[in-house]
Order: sequence, then structure tokens, then C-alpha cells
Amino acid sequence: METKSKIEPLAQPLKEKILNEINELVMKCYQCGKCAAGCPLSGEMDYTPNQILRLLQIGDPLCDDEVLRSMGIWLCLTCDTCHSRCPQEVDFPHIMDFLRSESIKRRKVHPKAKEIIAFHRSFLESIEKTGRLHEVGLIASYKLKTFNLLQDVDLAPKMFVKGKLEIFPHRIKGKEAIARIFEKAMKEAEND
Amino acid sequence: MTKIGYFPGCSLNGTAKEYDLSLQAIARIADIELVELDDWNCCGATAAHSLNSTLAVALPARNLAIAEKMGLDEILVPCAACFSRLAQARYEIKSDEKYRTKIPQLIEMEIKGTANPITVLDFLNKYALDKIKDKLYNKLNAKFACYYGCLLTRPEHLSTIERREDPLVMEKIIYLSGGMPIDWAFKVECCGAGLSVVRTDIVGKLCAKILDDAQSRGADAIIVACPMCHSNLDMRRNEINKNLSTDNEIPVVYITQIIGLALGIDPKKLGFDKHFVPTDKFLHKLQKQTVEV
Amino acid sequence: MARIGVFVCHCGENISSTVDCAKVAEIASNYPGVVYSIDYKYMCSDPGQNLIKEAIQKHKLTGVVVAACSPRMHEPTFRKATAEAGLNPFLCEMANLREHCSWVHFREDSTTEKAAELVRVLVEKVKHNEELFPIKVPITKTALVIGGGIGGIQAALDIANSGHKVIMVEKNPSIGGKMAQLSETFPTLDCSQCILTPRMVEVAQHPNITLYTYAEIESVDGFIGNFKVTIRQKAKSVDHKACTGCGLCIEKCPIKKIPDEFNAGLGNRAAIYVPFPQAVPNKPVIDRNNCTYFLKGKCGLCKKVCPADAIHYEQEDELIKVDVGAIVAATGFDIKHSDFFPEYGYGKYADVIDGLQFERLASASGPTLGVLKRPSDGKEPESIVFIACAGSRDPAKGIPYCSKICCMYTAKHAMLFKHKNHHGKATVFYMDIRAGGKMYDEFVRRAIEEDDVNYIRGRVSRIYEKNGKLIVCGVDTLLNSRPVEIEADMVVLATAAIANSDSEELAQKLHISYDPYHFFSEAHPKLRPVETNTAGIMLAGACQAPKDIPDTVSQASGTAAKVVALFSQDELTREPLIAYVNNNTCVGCFLCQSVCPYLAIEKEEIRRRDGTLVKTVAKINPGLCQGCGTCVALCRSKSIDIHGYTNRQIYAEVSALFNRREYAGV
Ligand SMILES: Cc1cc2nc3c(=O)[nH]c(=O)nc-3n(C[C@H](O)[C@H](O)[C@H](O)COP(=O)(O)OP(=O)(O)OC[C@H]3O[C@@H](n4cnc5c(N)ncnc54)[C@H](O)[C@@H]3O)c2cc1C
Ligand code: SF4
Ligand code: SF4
Ligand code: SF4
Ligand code: SF4
Repeated sequence: METKSKIEPLAQPLKEKILNEINELVMKCYQCGKCAAGCPLSGEMDYTPNQILRLLQIGDPLCDDEVLRSMGIWLCLTCDTCHSRCPQEVDFPHIMDFLRSESIKRRKVHPKAKEIIAFHRSFLESIEKTGRLHEVGLIASYKLKTFNLLQDVDLAPKMFVKGKLEIFPHRIKGKEAIARIFEKAMKEAEND
Repeated sequence: MTKIGYFPGCSLNGTAKEYDLSLQAIARIADIELVELDDWNCCGATAAHSLNSTLAVALPARNLAIAEKMGLDEILVPCAACFSRLAQARYEIKSDEKYRTKIPQLIEMEIKGTANPITVLDFLNKYALDKIKDKLYNKLNAKFACYYGCLLTRPEHLSTIERREDPLVMEKIIYLSGGMPIDWAFKVECCGAGLSVVRTDIVGKLCAKILDDAQSRGADAIIVACPMCHSNLDMRRNEINKNLSTDNEIPVVYITQIIGLALGIDPKKLGFDKHFVPTDKFLHKLQKQTVEV
Repeated sequence: MARIGVFVCHCGENISSTVDCAKVAEIASNYPGVVYSIDYKYMCSDPGQNLIKEAIQKHKLTGVVVAACSPRMHEPTFRKATAEAGLNPFLCEMANLREHCSWVHFREDSTTEKAAELVRVLVEKVKHNEELFPIKVPITKTALVIGGGIGGIQAALDIANSGHKVIMVEKNPSIGGKMAQLSETFPTLDCSQCILTPRMVEVAQHPNITLYTYAEIESVDGFIGNFKVTIRQKAKSVDHKACTGCGLCIEKCPIKKIPDEFNAGLGNRAAIYVPFPQAVPNKPVIDRNNCTYFLKGKCGLCKKVCPADAIHYEQEDELIKVDVGAIVAATGFDIKHSDFFPEYGYGKYADVIDGLQFERLASASGPTLGVLKRPSDGKEPESIVFIACAGSRDPAKGIPYCSKICCMYTAKHAMLFKHKNHHGKATVFYMDIRAGGKMYDEFVRRAIEEDDVNYIRGRVSRIYEKNGKLIVCGVDTLLNSRPVEIEADMVVLATAAIANSDSEELAQKLHISYDPYHFFSEAHPKLRPVETNTAGIMLAGACQAPKDIPDTVSQASGTAAKVVALFSQDELTREPLIAYVNNNTCVGCFLCQSVCPYLAIEKEEIRRRDGTLVKTVAKINPGLCQGCGTCVALCRSKSIDIHGYTNRQIYAEVSALFNRREYAGV
């Protein structure tokens, strides 16, 4: 996923795209750090929420590139703590959603985020096929994608015994409709 | 008989069976019919909005459209994460012209946004509590730490909860059910939610802080209203305990299970045996202390 | 026949860089009625003004149009020059070529053309100008000062010392305001009470000052020089003439657990009380909302013990009418309390306090006699966290502005703590340190360098309590935005300074404007910072915006100078650009009266010589009318007009615009 090629300069600063496409003004952030202070994950992130905003504010292709390649954007849990306490009402999780899809589109995903994306992909595939999430299928597919074969092996038998795992997926009647939703949404994402 | 739309979501069919069991039991006693949406689909969860914003609206929107077609004005969405996705989709469709035109084409159904998703807390407060008040005959002599997590209290435009930094709705319900809610400091902190599988280490750290605070304040159980919170705090207990000096054994219980107990329903029928962290000690303590009134 | 002179100014290059001024003068010379037209580099300079004066005399001008900058800038200059040349100053008009044309357009033919049109419009107007003469109104040389904080005190003393009478109205039982509550004051750390109380006493003893405490403004009518004010003297239930201030009543009053306002809720007071030992006046009032006698009809202990028989339960509120010539609003400010902050516990943690509470804890006369003891358990804190900008600069909380005083008092608080407890740990979370002022930044540096206060740049996300400690979750944005958790015994929030809750109501009584946050508005942010838009009403202190003591005192003295300047005249001269009524056509519907924002319209009865009433018509009070024209627009019988902006003049301007190009010559 990660391309080692030299940085292609972005035609338009990300902050402008963010304003045009999701109507969030990154310039509102005045770097008080309250988001980083409350974010459950800022200690784990390479760039904390306010630092990501700072990089975006500069509007320089190199900085934008750093943002899209950062691990922080993949760790965000969309818990909304930052947004709900931000004095400047910056909707940071909303910006994070945008940055993640942008990072994938431009093939700049952080190597360590591969597993997270693999998980999200497996999750969506499960829905695409059956209309609902099938946990056994999800875990199997995720394990195949990441070779994390041993992860969570201790949980599965216990879950099964407690009647929490269905071996066979439930397929909804409208699964074709779901498949079409996926097809259209994916095409749209590729086009813009 | 009151009729309300019901969107159980994938977890209540799987990892959160006990939530479904206990909720259905309460509904029966309260004489409320939960009408499951026909052929509903997964809301897309974190995966959809992390990767594709259109999908993140379209998947839940299909469910909203189904509810509309069934003539349902309100949909009970017990999973806080599903609730958040459904409510956000409705919000986008109502406030954003772009989605209003795009979504019907995607889901091949009409959608106006008339069906309103509600949380289990709204449901209990608005419909169930009044009807079961007189039947709550068990006094639950234990201390409960009510845990809200993120998605019941945030973001502001979707939350129906007051005092979002220190909410008290669950506490009120617990109090009504004869339990003793405690004041604690990690009610609305994040449990790690979507990183449960891929970054279990992080979930372990975050949940450790939550459980530790509850324990230090003498909680006998943690009350949740979300299957995501539940599975992180319950199923991930081994990982969590790696971050704590002593093993934390506080059970994590759905609010509907507690109400079920207060109604005198057999714990088995409420799915207490389905938890990873054993609940027998807790139930035993309750039984010892339970005074029938 | 009109003989108009046109004077086109280049304004250096401000106008001439985009407008061909010579050409404008040339075109103007062809306008009917224009007998003289010229352009010049600086019309406002002495030679420029002389050009005008000479032309008036030489060409026997009947009207002057100066095409230059905004009339706000130089209309007085040119009207004065006109008058010096012997022409009525109101026959001079200005065409605003700078703001309305040269600054907003590029250099093009059409820009010059527009400038010429602007001149033509004014030429047509000035043909209809009439000679006008300034209005004279008498002045009552007594000032009303509302609010007895340091701002009000300073203004009152300055005015009184200039030999004028002052009436001061303070809503609390004592004057002194917030400053009386402070422990020591930045940047010199002198004791607040020590420098304030002598002034409070001076106010009480000054022969020119009449003090009403426990009193409020009921209503304000009238206009500059002639205000009629009604003061509500709330019933004190104690006859202050008889009371000797012995304090027996306070000692005996059984109701002793009322949260003490003066100590910011950290102590208790009785139902009959003097707010603090140095209060002025130092005599008690009964708080009727908490007194058993007033609530239940029983008790009466204070009356029984009072040796001077000064307790009068039957006392009633009294309405006192006074005439004043000027009003100074000095009602100060308030602060947000800790319950305003959800993320800091909604006020549920007793040891999360606000700045004023800290002042009371640190004050030698406070509830703990100056020993810092935390409210929850009286323990002396070892670690205190101070949070700056709590609620300020926070649009999400509805307060986008900087409260200005808190950076400084936070440094002071941290310092006071360190002086009382050398081994204590003082941490300040801040976003920026705003310490502009004489010796201010040095003061903050001293806190950091000499007193070892730990300043961490970052906002605090939340506070919670654990095992008797407050856990403060912040961040160090100067250390790679590393999350920081500090265990504190006490947290002091430098909460936002806000307007008083009744400030909007008072502003409406005074007919002065206020900003979205209910602070009173000054007439001009730079050039008229002490006046309001209502003539005769001025501002002093934090009622206009958050301010520290030096700024409050400076503004108060500035305001006093304005009042004294006003009182230095026996009569007031005002521009006559006000409304007037045509008695013949007025039908007496008084719609105008209902819309006039300055309450300037009265009723006038027209009677025959024998006294029989012919009709009642509207009459403009020349002292009050501000010439806004609202009444003119509304009058259905077209009976009201504004001097200097009559309908005829405006029609002439508009129809001149419709007859465009005729003289354009371009
Ligand atoms: C915690 C804290 C610490 C501070 N420390 C310092 C410091 O160290 N140094 C410094 O220079 N400044 C300091 N200040 C600022 C200082 O308090 C103000 O500059 C000063 O009090 C402003 O004076 P004022 O007269 O304008 O308002 P106030 O002091 O608020 O006085 C207003 C008066 O008007 C009265 N009033 C209000 N409404 C009405 C009404 N409707 N009718 C009649 N009367 C009314 C009030 O009762 C009050 O007596 C501090 C402020 C705070 C909050
Ligand atoms: S809390 Fe808001 S303003 Fe402060 S740094 Fe974060 S995003 Fe910026
Ligand atoms: S939404 Fe993301 S960035 Fe914001 S506080 Fe939660 S995890 Fe951190
Ligand atoms: S009458 Fe009122 S003020 Fe007097 S002693 Fe009794 S309670 Fe106190
Ligand atoms: S004065 Fe300082 S602490 Fe107060 S609001 Fe302004 S910047 Fe914040």
C-alpha cells in the first residue's frame, strides 16, 4: 500500500479540499491542545490531533504528505471527545474520516495501518456478501489478509460455547441490493 | 399495545445475545411490541465511515427506509454504535441536499427521514419504565458504576442525553430499579471500541483505566448499554488485566439485565451465563442481600 | 440665484491616484449655479482653507461644496472655515470622493465620472440648504455615578473635587466593588483594601457627594444636561441615622448560615449584616429574603437588642427623584463560576474554585484569615493547578473574547500561593500569556523565574476527583503535545469575565447601546472610548469591557474630565441637525412618538388666545433628538423634517442623479 516513490506534490492544499468537500475550516484551530489532552489515544499517536491540524494549516505539500502518511489518523476511534470539548468547535473526527479515505486514495497509508484497513475491508466484505456481519467469516478473512493466525484464538471457542458465534452466515434477502449499494458507492469514491 | 420498530443490529444476534434476551423480556412485561425491521442490514459500523463516506450513510439509510415503509416512526436501536450510524445517516439526509438526492438512488428506495432512531435509554425512559415501575420488586443491594462510553453522549447533535460530561440517566434508572448508582470518573471515557480486534493492546489500556476507577470506588458491577462497550470490557478482560496490578473481576452487565433482575426474572433467562467475566459471585451477593418487598 | 463654489481635494494621492481631480473641477464649473471651481492638493491645509475663504468673499458664494474625504473627518474643519469667511457654516457640504469613490475603484474614466456625479449631487443639495444656528440647552451641574466600585469611586472623587455635585448609587450595602474582595494586586502586590478603603471613606465624607447604597436605578428620562432620574432606595430595615454600628444585632441574629456574597460563597453571614469590616457605610441592612421576621413574622431579636432603636421592619422602598446633567455608568462586571464547566465537573468538586474565591482564601480578612485552606476539608493544599482562559476565548461556550485580566491575576495567584507555601507545587495551564502593560511581563517572568511556577502551554481537557486529589488532564503543546496528568489538591479556574446579569436592563433604562455580550458600548472604539452614543452618558471601568484596576482608574478619570468639561459651560451648544414639526399639517397621530429611539417627541397643545384647545401636535425636544430621521420616514402627513437633511434637499440630490450625463462632458 505504501509507495516509496518520491512525494508527488498535491495540486491543491488539503485544507482547501477539506473546506470544499466537508466544510470544515482547519484554520479555526488555535493550537490550544485540549483535543490532545482529552484524546484517549494521543499518547499512542505519532501526531496528536492538534499536530495534524497544524500540519494541515501550513498548507504545504510536504506537510500534507506527512499527515496522509501518519499513523495517528488510523488510530482515531471517532470517540468525539476532542470535538465535544474543542473551544473552537473543530469537528476533528469528521476531518479524520476524510483524511483516511484520502490516504487510501493517494496510496499513502502508513505501513502499520495495514492491519486496521484489512480489518475494515474484511468487515465490509462480510457485509457486501451477506448484508450482515458474520463474525466467523470476518475473523477468517481478516486472518487470511494479515496472517495474524493466532490472534484471538483463545476467544473463539469460548464464544462458541456461550452461543455467541454462528458458524454459518445469515444471508439477508436483499443481499443483491446491498451488493449494488457497494458497487455504486465504491465507483463514486474512485471517481472523485 | 405500543409498537416500536426494532433494529437489533449484528451484535445482538451474536456477541450480545444476552442484551437481546433481556431487552425482549422487559418489552414483554411492559407490553410493548418490538417490530423487527424486515430484512435489515448491517449499519456499516466503523469500517464504513473509515473507508467510504457514502457507504457510511447508504447502509444505515436502507434500514431507515425499511422502517419508513413499514410505517414505523421510531426505531429502537439498542447498540449505541448502530444508533450513532443510523442517527447520523438520518441527520445527513435531513441536513445535506447532496445526500437527499444521492441516497435514494443508491438504496433504490424512497427515504424522507421520518423514522427516528432511539437509544435503549430513551426507550426505557419514554416507554418502558412507567409500565414496569410497579413490578420492580427486587431491591438490588449493590453498587453500580453506570458506563456510557462515547456514542451515547457524543457527538452533541446526535445525543439526547443531558449533562453529557457527567450524565445521570442510567443512574436514575438503576436507582428506580432499587440499585445504588455510584459517582465515578470514567463514565464517558472511550473503551477503544473499533480497535477491539486489531489493537487489543490499546483497548486493554483504555479499559483498564475504566475498570480500575470503578473498582476503586467500590462498584460491584459495571452497567452498560452498548454491545461494543460490553465486549471490550468483558471479553477482553485478560488483555485488560495485563495492565493492572491485580486482576479485576467486576462483571459487566447490560442495563436491561439489571432491570430484568429487578423484575424478578431468572438470571439464566437474562443471559447472565453468557458473560466471559463470571457473574455468579455478583448474583450470589445480590441474592444474599436481596430483600423482597 | 445660487452662487456655488466647488473645491476638489487630491487628498495627497488618496483621491488623485484614481480620480482626475482637475477634470472633476473642470466639469463642475459647468454645473448650473456653480460660479467657482478649483482643485488643490490638500484642501484641509491652511492654504487650502484660505482658498475657500477667499473664494467665498471674492465670488460672493451662497454655498460651498468641498469634494474630499468623509465628512466624519473634516466637515467641522470646512464648516469652520466657511463661518470664518462670513457664510453660515451649514451652507457648506462635503462630497465624499475618498471613501465613496477613489478608494473603492481603479483609475478609469468612469471613476472620474463618478466623482463628478457625487459633486453634482451635493451642488444640487446645497442650493436648498438653509442657514441654521446652534441650539442651546441649559445644564444641571450634578453628576450621577451608577456603581461604587473603584471605577465609580474614582470618577465620583474627580468630579466632586472639581467642585461639582455627585450622586452615587450602589446596589450593594457597601461600595468597593470587586477590588474590595481582592487580596493583593498585580503588578506591585500591594494590599487591595489598604489602597482602596481610604478612597471609600473619602467618598462617604466628601461634601459634594451624596451616597445611596442598597439602591438601584428605577428610571431615567431627559437628555444631556437635563436628566431626570428616579432612584429606588431599597428598604434597609435599619435607620442609618440612628444606628451607631455597634453590631449587637448581627451577633444576636439567629440566622447565620447564609452564603456570604463578599466571600464568594466561602463563608457565612447573618440575615442582618455588614458585608465586610471596612464597609462604607459601616452599618447593617436586613436581607429580607432570609430574615425570619420577614419570612414567618416572628423573631424580632435584632430590634430587641438594638440600643439605638434603629431597626425599622416597617421601612419601605423609597423612590427618590433627582435632576442630573451627566451620568457615569460604572457598574463593573461579574465572572463565570465553576459550575459553568461540564468538563471540569459542573461545579461538583468543592476544590475547583474560581479566581475570586482564591482572592478570598488568600486575603487576610477572608474566611480563613489568609491561610490557604481548601474548601472541601480545610486542608492546606500542597499542589495547586491554575487554569487560564477558563471559558474565555471559547466560542463553543459562547465567550469568544479574551477576559484580559486573568493572565495577570493567575500569575499573581500562583505567586501568592508560592509565597505562602515555598515547597508547594504551582502549575499554570495557559494558551498565551497576555501581559501587555507597565511592569506586567516582568511580573509574570518573576512568577516563573523566581517563584518557580510551572507554566504549561495547553488547555485542560478534564478534571476528576480520585482519593481526595483532583486529577487534571492537560497537555504540553511545547513538548510534542504530550498528555500531562497532574494531581492537585485544589484547582483555580481563571473564569471568564462577563457582564453583570442586569446590565442589559440597565442599558435599556439608560438608552445606551451594548455589545452582544452585554458590555456597554463606547461611542468610538478608539477616539471616543469613554462616551456612549447617548450624549451625556459616559462609561468608567469594567462595565464597558473587562479591565484591570489601572485601566479602570484611567478611564474613570477620563470620564470625569468629560463630565467636568461638560459642566464648565452654562449652556450646551448642539448642532441643529434635528427634527422639526410642521404644526399646520401634523394630525397628532403620535406614531412618531412610538418609534423615536431617543424618546425625543413630546406632545404640544395648540390653544387659541382664549385658551381653547385647537389641537395637540408632536413637539421635538431639541435636547434629546439625535436627528436619526426615523420619525420622518414614518410620519404619514409628512409633517416632520430634519434640518440639514430636509426632504427638499434629498429630492434635489436624487433627481440630480436621475438627470445624469447632461453635464458629464466625458
Ligand atoms: C479574581 C480577580 C483578581 C483580580 N486581581 C486584580 C489585580 O490584582 N490587579 C488589578 O489591577 N485588577 C485585578 N482585577 C480586576 C479588578 O477587579 C477590576 O479591574 C475592577 O474591579 C473594576 O472596577 P469597576 O469599578 O469597573 O467594577 P466593579 O469592581 O465590578 O464594581 C462595580 C460596582 O457597581 C455595582 N453595581 C453593579 N451593578 C449595579 C447597578 N445596576 N446599580 C448600581 N450599582 C451596581 C457593584 O455592586 C459594584 O460595587 C481582578 C479581578 C478578578 C476577578
Ligand atoms: S481543541 Fe480544537 S482548537 Fe484546541 S488544538 Fe484541538 S482542534 Fe485545535
Ligand atoms: S475522535 Fe479520534 S482524535 Fe478525537 S479524541 Fe477520539 S480518538 Fe482522539
Ligand atoms: S429579625 Fe431577622 S435580621 Fe433580626 S435577628 Fe431576627 S432573623 Fe436576624
Ligand atoms: S487574559 Fe489571559 S487567561 Fe484571560 S482570557 Fe485572555 S489570554 Fe486567557
